Amino acid sequence: MLRVDVEKQLGEFSLSAAFTSEGRVTGLFGASGAGKTSLVNMIAGLLRPDRGSIAIDGDVVDDTAAGIHVPAWRRRVGYVFQDARLFPHLNVAQNLDYGRRMNGLARDEAQRRRVVDLLDIGALLDRRPGKLSGGERQRVALGRALLAKPRLLLLDEPLGALDEARKLEILPYLVRLRDEANIPMVYVSHDVAELRQLATQIVMLKQGRVTSFGGVKVLT
Amino acid sequence: MLDISPAEWTAILLSLRVAVIATLVATPFGIALAWLLARRDFWGKSALDALVHLPLVLPPVVTGYLLLLTFGRRGLVGGFLADHLGIVFAFRWTGAALACGVMSFPLLVRPMRLSIEAIDRRLEQAAETLGAAPWKVFFTVTLPLALPGVLAGMVLGFAKAIGEFGATITFVSNIPGETQTISSAIYSLIQTPDGDAAAARLVAISVVLALGALVASEWFARRATARLHGN
Repeated sequence: MLRVDVEKQLGEFSLSAAFTSEGRVTGLFGASGAGKTSLVNMIAGLLRPDRGSIAIDGDVVDDTAAGIHVPAWRRRVGYVFQDARLFPHLNVAQNLDYGRRMNGLARDEAQRRRVVDLLDIGALLDRRPGKLSGGERQRVALGRALLAKPRLLLLDEPLGALDEARKLEILPYLVRLRDEANIPMVYVSHDVAELRQLATQIVMLKQGRVTSFGGVKVLT
Repeated sequence: MLDISPAEWTAILLSLRVAVIATLVATPFGIALAWLLARRDFWGKSALDALVHLPLVLPPVVTGYLLLLTFGRRGLVGGFLADHLGIVFAFRWTGAALACGVMSFPLLVRPMRLSIEAIDRRLEQAAETLGAAPWKVFFTVTLPLALPGVLAGMVLGFAKAIGEFGATITFVSNIPGETQTISSAIYSLIQTPDGDAAAARLVAISVVLALGALVASEWFARRATARLHGN
């Protein structure tokens, strides 16, 4: 369960959003500039709200009234960025292993194989990120986030930087992820078709305000 | 051919030792300072930046004299170090290393700072979301990505240190076997009636060392670009 009730002033732009989502995939829908990324950055802990609170599975990670702000690295919230952000000095295998190492988790070969198979990235393990296509990079970024064993996965327009053909290439992986990985997700997009396929609940954001909330039907 | 005399060898080896120690000791400070200047905003930042660059624009003899006043036996810091820790800089090779370290510091810091500034901070954010504490982010993402710049700075600093003359001779004088580096040896030789041939040999060695360092520094800079693009 994800509970968000935050306010944030960013220059001229003011963001004030509150919602509680039980869904497996919460779709965060809105035009660019609606405040989607800022909201997701707050959930990740990369941005600190001016006022309000955020709780993941009942665990309060932000509460300005109580002076609580859990730093990003202690939140166990996975984040897949639009631009993948793979570490350029590490190969794919090392990128995938990064979260496990940083969290001091034991090696889990079975889990690693499952994720590598799920995303079809077994053939890329020795390559450097510079030698990957956009779609491959995004799949590796997904795997990297999953292998850090997050309790919530944030996906900020993971298909945004890809052309139509590449989008169709990645979408099935995301559907499989939703059905098999068993990790709640927040999926940010301005694409109605994408959200219809993936989301179970929708939060609609317009100019920094939540305008509607509910099932996928609110998209129509 | 180069027929290097024992006295010249002494000067060459001393120069190498002084420059290596100066570079190795200056490097951690250089990295810390480069990071501070690249990443932090604080009160007095421009003053600190100016202070670091001061040895580049001050007459070396002034820097040397200031070092003597500060780190000499009767200096504020030098007196303390000598009395309490037994560390003496005045007229010792360690003093030469200190002078070289100070003089080369601006050149050492600059490539490090530039390479840290060039790093995409969003990669550090990504590392954070994967569970890396800030100091782990620094050692697993920031430093490896800045490594070619760090090495370029070290090479450039080394090249400057090995050729330093003015501050060194002012601070620790020109004592063969203790503080006489290649540069001060050349200075002595060209003032001696038949020192020309020996001076020429040392000049040739200086030129080779300096050129080698420049080439190495350039090579590291190119590596840095490749590294940032993940090829």
